[in-house]
Amino acid sequence: MTTASEFDAATDDAAVREAKKEARFAAITKAGGYLNILGLGWLVPILKIAAGDSPKYQMRELWQLLVVPLIGIGLFLAAWATLAPQVQTSLGAIPGPAQVWDEAVGLHESYLAQKERAAAFYERQEARNAELIAAGREDRVRERQYTGQATYYDQIFTSLWTVTVGFLLATVIAVPLGIASGLSRTVNGAINPLIQIFKPVSPLAWLPIVTMVVSATYINVVEPLPKSLVISAITVTLCSLWPTLINTALGVSSVDKDLMNVGRVLQLPTWKTVTKLVLPSALPLIFTGLRLSLGVGWMVLIAAEMLSQNPGLGKFVWDEFQNGSSSSLAKIIVAVLTIGIIGFLLDRVMYALQAAFTFSSQR
Amino acid sequence: MSPLNLAWQATRSTSRAVAFASLIGASAIALTAPAQAEFLDLEIEDLTFGFIKLTDMAPLAVAYELGYFEDEGLFVTLEAQANWKVLLDGVIDGRLQGAHMLAGQPLAATIGYGTEAHIITPFSMDLNGNGITVSNEVWDLMRPHIPSMDDGRPQHPISAEALLPVIEQFRDEGRPFNMGMVFPVSTHNYELRYWLAAGGVHPGYYSPEDVTGQIQADAFLSVTPPPQMPATLEAGTIYGYAVGEPWNQQAVFRGIGVPVITDYQLWKNNPEKVFGITAEFAEENPNTTLAITKALIRAAQWLDENDNANREEAVAMLSMPQYVGADEEVIAASMTGTFEFEKGDVREIPDFNVFFRYYATYPYYSDAVWYLTQMRRWGQIAEQMPDSWYDEVARSVYRPDIYLEAARMLVDEGLVSEEDFPWDTDGYREPTDEFIDGITYDGRQPNAYLEALPIGLRDDERVVGADVVTN
Repeated sequence: MTTASEFDAATDDAAVREAKKEARFAAITKAGGYLNILGLGWLVPILKIAAGDSPKYQMRELWQLLVVPLIGIGLFLAAWATLAPQVQTSLGAIPGPAQVWDEAVGLHESYLAQKERAAAFYERQEARNAELIAAGREDRVRERQYTGQATYYDQIFTSLWTVTVGFLLATVIAVPLGIASGLSRTVNGAINPLIQIFKPVSPLAWLPIVTMVVSATYINVVEPLPKSLVISAITVTLCSLWPTLINTALGVSSVDKDLMNVGRVLQLPTWKTVTKLVLPSALPLIFTGLRLSLGVGWMVLIAAEMLSQNPGLGKFVWDEFQNGSSSSLAKIIVAVLTIGIIGFLLDRVMYALQAAFTFSSQR
Repeated sequence: MSPLNLAWQATRSTSRAVAFASLIGASAIALTAPAQAEFLDLEIEDLTFGFIKLTDMAPLAVAYELGYFEDEGLFVTLEAQANWKVLLDGVIDGRLQGAHMLAGQPLAATIGYGTEAHIITPFSMDLNGNGITVSNEVWDLMRPHIPSMDDGRPQHPISAEALLPVIEQFRDEGRPFNMGMVFPVSTHNYELRYWLAAGGVHPGYYSPEDVTGQIQADAFLSVTPPPQMPATLEAGTIYGYAVGEPWNQQAVFRGIGVPVITDYQLWKNNPEKVFGITAEFAEENPNTTLAITKALIRAAQWLDENDNANREEAVAMLSMPQYVGADEEVIAASMTGTFEFEKGDVREIPDFNVFFRYYATYPYYSDAVWYLTQMRRWGQIAEQMPDSWYDEVARSVYRPDIYLEAARMLVDEGLVSEEDFPWDTDGYREPTDEFIDGITYDGRQPNAYLEALPIGLRDDERVVGADVVTN
C-alpha cells in the first residue's frame, strides 16, 4: 500500500523522465530535418530506437528508408553482373561491377603513378638547375610546373570548376531578368518569345558559335580561366539559364497580391519592394529553378566537353572511347557513375541551400 | 616478346603504366646528364603540341618521355586533338605551337586550299604506316577475284580491280559504295585514291564549287576521324577505309574488317606525317624551332636504333592512355615489323613503320611535290601549274635548312652520326617506280608525271560542274 506522497513522487519521476524523453525526441526530430537534407534520413529511426522509442514502429521506418534502397541497389548490381557479360561488343564484353571497380582502382593508381612522374620531373629539374648554377649559368635556371597528363581527379576538378563558373554566370543573368519579367508585363512580353525560341536549343548547336566568338574576343587569357574552360562555361550558361529565368518570373508574378498592395500603401520604393516582398516570397520557386538549372548545366557540360575536347570528364569519356583499348569500356562506366554521383551531390548542395534560405523546403 | 613485355602482358594496363613510369624514370635519370652544357638561347620554353592518336605520333611521345625536350630546355605539353581540322586550326590560331600533321596539311594551308596560313615543316616524322581496310562483307565479295598463292592465301599486293565487281553489285542493289578517309588533304585520301585508280575504280574529282570530291565517282570517299574508323565500319556507314595504325589492326582484332593492302605495298617508303609549325613561329623563334627539331631527330633515331630494338618500349609508351591508348598488342602488331591481314595471315613487313632509316626525317622537296601532284590530279588544285610552281611551293613549306642545322648541332654534340644525314642532297629523291602500278615518279617533272597516271586531271584540264573540260 503506497502512500499518496510516494505515488506522487513516482509519477513525478515518470513525468520528468517522460519530459526528458520528449525533449530528446524533439531534438532528434529537429536534427532529422537536417539529416534529410544531407540524404542521411535513415539515421533518424536508429537514433529514435537508441533514445528508447518503440523499436517495432521505427524498424518499419528504417526498412523504408534504408533497407529498401539498399535492396534496390543490390538488385541492380546483381542484374548488371549477370547481364553485362552477355553483351559482346567489338571491345569485348560489357564490363560488370567487378571490372569497373578494378578500373576505378586503376585510375587511382595511375593518379599515383602520375604523381611519381611529376616528382621525377622536379628532381630532374633540380639536378639540371644545380648543374647550371655550378656552371655559372644562373640565367638558364628554370622553375617549371610539370606538364603531364591530366589525372582523373584533375578532370573531375576541371568539370566542377567549369560548371560552377557557367552556373554562376547563368544565375547572374537569369535572376534579375526573371524578376524584371515577373514584375512587368511589358518586359515579360518582350522576352517571352526569345525564351520560347532559345530554350529548346541543344548545347551542341551553340558550341561552334561560342567557340568562334570566344576564340576571337577572349584575348588576354587569365590563369584560372583558360579559353577552353570559358567556351564550355558559356555553353553551360546558355543552356542552363532558362529554368531559372522561367521559375523566377513565375515566382515573382505569383507573389501574393495583398502583400504587393501593402507595399503600395506604404509607398515602398521599387528596390525595397523587391528585397522585402518579392524575393522572400519568390525564393522557393527561384531555388527550384536554380536546382533545375544546375542539373541541366551539369548534363550539358559533359556533352560540350565531349564535343569540343575541352578538358574535363567529357573529354575523359571521349578519349577513352577513342583509345578503344580493352579497359576503355570499364573506364567509361567509371566516368558515367562519377558523373551521376557528382550530379546527385550538386543537387543535394542546392537543396541544402534552399532549405537554409527559405522556410519551405517541400520538394 | 621480351620477358619484360610478357610481364606487362600479365599485369593490368595501369600497373603497366606504373611499371613503365618507373622504367622511364630510371632511363631518364640516366639521360639527365645532357651531353651539352650549352643551351640554345630559347625565345619560348613552354610549348603545347597537338597530335592525333596514331602510332606515328611516336617521335613526340618519345621526345617527351625520354626527356629529349627537357635536354633542350623545352617544357612541352602534348595534347591529343579531336580531329585534323581542330588540330590545324589550333596551330593557326596559336593555341598549339606545333603539331603532328598530315604531309598535305602544311602544303594545302600554304597554297590556300581550305584554311589559309603559311605553315612550314622542318622535320618529316615517318615513312609508311597506313593501310586500307574493307569490311568483312566486302572482303568476302572481293576474295573470289583475288589470285591465291600455293598455300591458299591471297597473293599480294591486292589490286583494287577485285573491287570492281563488288561496286557493280552494290550499284545494282542501289547502295552507294562509301569509303572513309581521314581528311581531304591526307596521305590516306591520296593513297586510297591511288590504289582505287590503279585498279580502274574512279575515286571522284574535286572542283572549286564542289569540295566533296565525289564528282564522277565509283567509290564515294568521305571524312571520318581515325579513331572512329572501326566503329563507323562496324555501323555499316562505310564499307572500307584508309587510315594509319593502329586502326587497321584494330579492325582485325575486333573481327570487323580485313586490311587489303598497306601503303608500303602501294608505294615503297612513302612519306607520311610531318611536324608542322607556322612560318611566323619559326621566324620569331628560330632557336626554339632548332631545339624542337633536335629533340625530334633524337627521338626518331631512338625509335629505329639497333634494328628497332627499342620498339617494344615505344609500344609500351604509346599504349598509355594519354598517347594512343589502344591495347599494347594492337600497337605492337605493326610497330614490331609484322602486319596481320586476314585473321591469322600475318606477314613480315619490317619497314611498316620507318622513323629514321632511309633519311626518313629529312624534309625532301620531292615528297612535297608528290602531294601537290595528287592535289592537282584530283582537282583540289583546279588549274594547271608549271613545274616551277611545284618547286617554289615545296621550298616555301619544306625547310631542310632548319633540319640540317639542327642535325649539325647534334653531330657536334656527339649524339648522332654524320652518315645518317643526306648533307649534299638538292632536296629531290632519285626517281622511283616502286608503286603498285610501276609508274615512275620524278619530283622534278610533276606535269610529266601527271600525264603518265591513269584517271586524273592532266595538262590544262579543269572540272566544271560534273564534267572535265579542256581550255
